[in-house]
Amino acid sequence: MSIDLKTIKHISKLSRISVDEKKAEKLAGDLNSIFDFIEKLNELKTDNVEPLTSVAETTLKLRPDEVKSKNIREQIVKNSPQDNEDYFVVPKVIE
Amino acid sequence: MSKKNSEYLINRKDNQYEVIIGLEVHAQVLSESKLFSTSATKFGAEPNTQVSLVDAAFPGMLPVINEFCVKQAIKTGIGLNAKINKRSVFDRKNYFYADLPQGYQISQFKDPIVGEGKVILDMPDGQKEVGIERLHLEQDAGKSIHDLDPQNTFVDLNRSGVALMEIVSKPDLRSPDEVSAYIKKLRSIMRYLGTCDGNMQEGSLRADVNVSVRLKGSKEFGTRCEIKNVNSIKFMQMAIEYEANRQVDMIEEGESIDQETRLFDTKKNETRSMRSKEDAHDYRYFPDPDLLPLEVSDEFINDLKKNIPELPDDKKKRFIDEFKLSPYEATILVSDIDTAKYFEEVVAKMGKNKDMKLAVNWITGELFAVLNSKGLEISQSPVSAKNFAILINLIKNGTISGKIAKTVFELMIDGDKDPQIIVEEKGLKQQSDPKALEALIDKIINDNREKAIEYKQGKEKLFGFFVGQAMKASGGKANPQLINKILKKKL
Amino acid sequence: MSDITKQSLSELVENIKNKKLSSTEVTKAFIDRSEKSKELNTYITEDFTSALNKAKKFDQKPNLDLKLPGVPMAVKDLFCTKDVKTTAGSKILNNFVPTYESTVTDNIWKEGAILLGKLNCDEFAMGSSNETSFFGNVQNPIDKDLVPGGSSGGSASAVAGQLTPITIGTDTGGSIRQPASFTGTVGLKPTYGSCSRYGIVAFASSLDQAGPMAQNVKDCALLQEVISSYDPKDSTSIDFKRNQYSKELTNNIKGKKIGIPKEYRVDGMPKEIEDLWQKGIQYVKDCGAETIDISLPHTSYALPTYYIVAPAEASSNLARYDGVKYGFRAKGENLIDMYEKTRSEGFGAEVQRRIMIGTYVLSSGYYDAYYLKAQKVRKLIKNDFDKVYKKVDAILTPSTPSSAFKIGEKTNDPVSMYLNDIFTVPVNLAGLPAISIPAGHDSKGYPLGLQIIGKAFDEQNILNIAFAMEEKINFKNKITDWWIK
Repeated sequence: MSIDLKTIKHISKLSRISVDEKKAEKLAGDLNSIFDFIEKLNELKTDNVEPLTSVAETTLKLRPDEVKSKNIREQIVKNSPQDNEDYFVVPKVIE
Repeated sequence: MSKKNSEYLINRKDNQYEVIIGLEVHAQVLSESKLFSTSATKFGAEPNTQVSLVDAAFPGMLPVINEFCVKQAIKTGIGLNAKINKRSVFDRKNYFYADLPQGYQISQFKDPIVGEGKVILDMPDGQKEVGIERLHLEQDAGKSIHDLDPQNTFVDLNRSGVALMEIVSKPDLRSPDEVSAYIKKLRSIMRYLGTCDGNMQEGSLRADVNVSVRLKGSKEFGTRCEIKNVNSIKFMQMAIEYEANRQVDMIEEGESIDQETRLFDTKKNETRSMRSKEDAHDYRYFPDPDLLPLEVSDEFINDLKKNIPELPDDKKKRFIDEFKLSPYEATILVSDIDTAKYFEEVVAKMGKNKDMKLAVNWITGELFAVLNSKGLEISQSPVSAKNFAILINLIKNGTISGKIAKTVFELMIDGDKDPQIIVEEKGLKQQSDPKALEALIDKIINDNREKAIEYKQGKEKLFGFFVGQAMKASGGKANPQLINKILKKKL
Repeated sequence: MSDITKQSLSELVENIKNKKLSSTEVTKAFIDRSEKSKELNTYITEDFTSALNKAKKFDQKPNLDLKLPGVPMAVKDLFCTKDVKTTAGSKILNNFVPTYESTVTDNIWKEGAILLGKLNCDEFAMGSSNETSFFGNVQNPIDKDLVPGGSSGGSASAVAGQLTPITIGTDTGGSIRQPASFTGTVGLKPTYGSCSRYGIVAFASSLDQAGPMAQNVKDCALLQEVISSYDPKDSTSIDFKRNQYSKELTNNIKGKKIGIPKEYRVDGMPKEIEDLWQKGIQYVKDCGAETIDISLPHTSYALPTYYIVAPAEASSNLARYDGVKYGFRAKGENLIDMYEKTRSEGFGAEVQRRIMIGTYVLSSGYYDAYYLKAQKVRKLIKNDFDKVYKKVDAILTPSTPSSAFKIGEKTNDPVSMYLNDIFTVPVNLAGLPAISIPAGHDSKGYPLGLQIIGKAFDEQNILNIAFAMEEKINFKNKITDWWIK
């Protein structure tokens, strides 16, 4: 298998990481060698195997419907890169 | 466009097109705290004041599921006659947006909590069954505000993480009217269950509408377009009408329809394409490794089943059987839980010798008119069910006439006064003493001898005149039936 | 006392409890040594002034009933610490100051320990050599220009170099055990669900576990006892009966059955490692345990599986670093431009590489071939362990296929770097506990570790085996203090 530059561009877009030509080429090289090594999994037949998502052999615990988190707006927006007392601020969204 | 036998078809030249509609309704779960965090869910709070570290996706923060939201979803599933899945899985739907702090929405993709079900719609020409594909739990996103600043978008995360139920219908709907009935029915069921307040103005209920068209009689589905996030029934209907006609026009012109997401522009009354194809979304769903599969026991489900209140369809049936209401009357009374509650309270307070028909007419007539003119919900009715029942009983037992009752009702609105006291204080009690009424009528006949003769000679119209005079003389309080009886005898 | 920093945690606790040492003296000693050890580049953030104040406060009213009374301790910079900068070794969190504390560190402070500072690590714990940190690589105290391993490289170096009596790391694919092995220290990766993940910057949620790193097994047991707790704030935390690991520690492992998996004898493994393993087998036998040859047939598939599962989860876990709420933000023309620049400038090359792998294996058309396939193979790997644990109580393997390598030696070859974790990764995929203990030196005098893998929730057993072996091995780390001028 081979991951081409077009695929690199596509996944960079999905992951919101900008990639120029040079970086894309380096990534394509790295990813191809990693996937060559990953391809080893194809040796295994897994048709009747249940996928394992979590090793925690328990089920989801449910919490009671109680409001515990108070208004912590100051804490919440304190670390945000663009200052505003009430809101998070981001550059204009263009559809 | 034609509507024969209430069938909704779009006509072009020789072709008739049928419209196929499926809905993805997003209903906000009624709960105190959010689906995976302990912050509040109240509507209308100051921006970012109901945001926890989990909601804002701070590093190392983890989701913990709210049991009540799970119960609410299962209850809704039961209300939709649906299969409850004892095991369901939460997945991450990955995409970037300013109001999606985690960079993914926790939703249920492959294994939803509720499977197939159905709802019954009462349409003018009979009942219609609409299939439910599934119901799943997911997180709401925050809110992006684009108009506070020319360069920037502001983000409020109060809504971020609030529990939503996405209810997906099968493509069983065929007209804007059916869509309206479907939404109303869903809302009605959820309000009965107390699982969603159904408030569309506050965004507690909104829908993505899938529309396709096909030639009437065809079995194949056409290509569908999804109209995103429509938040009123009226807009849904307008959007469907526009979109169906747009698609028909394209087909008629030999063009093909692209499967795409569209937006309904409420100002221009049209739908337009939302996302270009090159930016096609790939949500990369996968099971959320921060959460384990959600498993509920039979006991858990049965406990909820036991506590499901009477739902609109059953209530309607009971109203017809027990109270001898017509299906039409019953439908009106059960469609909203608060109306049904009010009605049942009135029935209870009326006691043994009750006049059900009278009560229904007065609720759907006088009471609805007052609520309408004042813009009130029935839960905010200025007249309590108790006093309303007393009023109906006063009419029923002849204490006051229907006409006087209207006057009394007007007076009750201000401060929910007891109608008996009003009748007492204003001396509005119906005059039903035959002797007194005979004397009164004798005097009227005497004062209007000529008219009495004309009547006897055959001018029967004049009977009304005498009734009017008698009512006037009694200050409107005379028992009209008695007046009629005595006049007939005396004239 | 000039040799304070040479004392083990247990000795320090003992001396503080007996009032032979004050918290201030101990804290000051570690701060002094840390100040002289800047060349190791172990710290990202020093919190020395505050630590001294806390130590003085402790001494004014010492609570000697606590398990870690007034003991200073530096922690991996992946644990969120209230009011102390937490970076995860990344530029993207360069300026992030949490307003909250991770459950694990909270447990530690509640037992009386004092935060010295935050230790260097690979960026978002993605690395096996601590070379991916935005804050520069860490030196291994064993030798100049030697990697300390990763991702908990700063933690391993700090313990080996005696800049902290003990520490905590996190282990997603070997990030505690491999650096422990490279630095001649002891590192325990607990059972998945034993230590809360709340407040730990996430790498791969289904694999991440916090664990202790120490100079000896007893210290390790004591810290494990402190950090392991059921936490309702972590849905994957497991409510099981936790032992008093240090109190219940015993070197009596007579009759224990220890499995020796043949698949860990990999091609090209240095003879030194094989010899070490054989020595280890002899040690456990000497302790009265029995060794049994076993097979874990899917071992060679663990690493490819890991390099699908971990990046997939990471690609999603790291989506929150978008320049909106906290951390670094690059200037952008519009929202999307801002995202792309922030993440391109804020993440380092290895993190970007893994996000790309993860995005790819989850993307439409590839999910079944990669992600789902990996989940299935993960099941097979877990089944392997379940099966052998019907016959054995624990498994003995080498910790790593080689000793520590030179800085820069493997940075240009991701796959050879990834191969470092070949013996540690299966344990994370199966959610099991495992401990690495120093067991010898290679020809260059670099330490080598052996790994004991236990049954789920059976930390006590592997700690006991490690404790018994430790006595037999009598390992002495060769630290020359070369960096102290």
